[in-house]
Amino acid sequence: MSGVRVLVGTRKGAFILTTDGKRQQWEVNGPLFGGWQMYHLKGSPADPNRLYASQTSDWFGQIIQRSSDGGKTWEQPGTKPGEPTTTPDGMPIGESNKFAYDTSPGSAAPLGTHLFYDGTPRPWEFKRVWHLEPSLTDPDTVYAGVEDAALFRTTDGGRSWQELPGMRGHESGSNWAPGAGGLCLHTILLDPSDANRMFIAISAAGVFRTDDAGKTWRPINHGLKSEGIPDPNAEVGHCVHRIAMHPSRPNVLFMQKHWDVMRSDDAGESWHEVSGNLPTDFGFPIDVHANEPDTIYVVPIKSDSEHYPPDGKLRVYRSRTGGNEWEALTKGLPQRDCYVNVLRDAMAVDALDPCGVYFGTSGGQVYASADAGDGWAPIVRDLPAVVSVEVQTLQ
Amino acid sequence: MIRVVLPAHLRTLAQVEGEVKLEIQGQATQRLVLDALEARYPMLRGTIRDHTTHQRRAFLRFYACGEDLSQDSPDAPLPEAVEAGAEPFLVVGAMAGG
Repeated sequence: MSGVRVLVGTRKGAFILTTDGKRQQWEVNGPLFGGWQMYHLKGSPADPNRLYASQTSDWFGQIIQRSSDGGKTWEQPGTKPGEPTTTPDGMPIGESNKFAYDTSPGSAAPLGTHLFYDGTPRPWEFKRVWHLEPSLTDPDTVYAGVEDAALFRTTDGGRSWQELPGMRGHESGSNWAPGAGGLCLHTILLDPSDANRMFIAISAAGVFRTDDAGKTWRPINHGLKSEGIPDPNAEVGHCVHRIAMHPSRPNVLFMQKHWDVMRSDDAGESWHEVSGNLPTDFGFPIDVHANEPDTIYVVPIKSDSEHYPPDGKLRVYRSRTGGNEWEALTKGLPQRDCYVNVLRDAMAVDALDPCGVYFGTSGGQVYASADAGDGWAPIVRDLPAVVSVEVQTLQ
Repeated sequence: MIRVVLPAHLRTLAQVEGEVKLEIQGQATQRLVLDALEARYPMLRGTIRDHTTHQRRAFLRFYACGEDLSQDSPDAPLPEAVEAGAEPFLVVGAMAGG
């Protein structure tokens, strides 16, 4: 019997929503880690019971949580209850919360500066983990995208984290500037056909690709055009909100940029716009149907300052042609007086047939469609503001 | 014996209830108290002061004996009443909604 587990991160805790393969009756568990900002939770593709969560607070900083039983119980990796918490000589062994930029001699990335909003240099300072991307094959390996923008990796199940300094140390790093949400590395895509290839996206630097497992990176933003930056066609400096791929076709990427929905058919070497007939091409999330690589979803938002749907109507737009031709999906979604936002990590799909699509809003609703977007219903209506939504399809 | 009072969220993380009691060798200072606290509860590393710089997190303050010690040197001696265990060392989160 199949089932679905939806992992929801909110401004004030995490929630786990579960159902069977029919996706009609849901059980809501939570809040977990109540009172904390839960930026992201994600399960390991290699072991669905292994979950990772980013728990953060402006007061208390960054905590990494891990579950090995599908979210029933959680622990900070390395500080399991009952285990010794110090070495014999008294040194703490819990390193799971530590995200220290690699400034060791010989590192590619000495701790320099990036640009602040006003264009002045600002020292790199770790703030929080935005996104956790577990390895496709190893439950103990996870990549973490952080603010200020950098990429970290654990290979011991989250007990310790090491920076991949070639990312932050890219020659353009000193010129990266934050988007409105901060200078964050928010998207990590792993190429299932090539273990050495990854794509990441940074607001507001753009998309970068590695072909050597994270040692070196290069920007892949040709074709992006962003008004409001000194050079609209710059190689680096674009506020990319989200990128997505279908695992069967990893050279095809879709992007929701600050403005513009874009597509690449050559692994990011070049991009072209596919906004087509969207009512507005501003937005945050973009995702791909699990069984149809050319069916994609976005949620148009009115503008970069008016973070709500146009006309007070919450509409998901679906393209079955890989972009350009879009249809509004409205059945079951509020079509008047709706002024919520949907953030970049707050949309996901399941792998059932028909494909399920899920998204969460700043108003605390989590909507689900069990028919690829034709009809929608809220799983839950009144959570804290939703930051992230991830979906696990369970067999 | 030093008594430390933590904010509720940090008590939850450390899985403790009420005050934490720590033994400090020598003259007690903020640094030694936090070192001892983090040694016993490694899950608190990074939550009170930065992992690398050891600077106090901006939204946290340190109080004792009715005094704000937040701006004191981390190596300054703590008040005698704290060292004697008569008064607790308070880690306090900034009062703010959100």
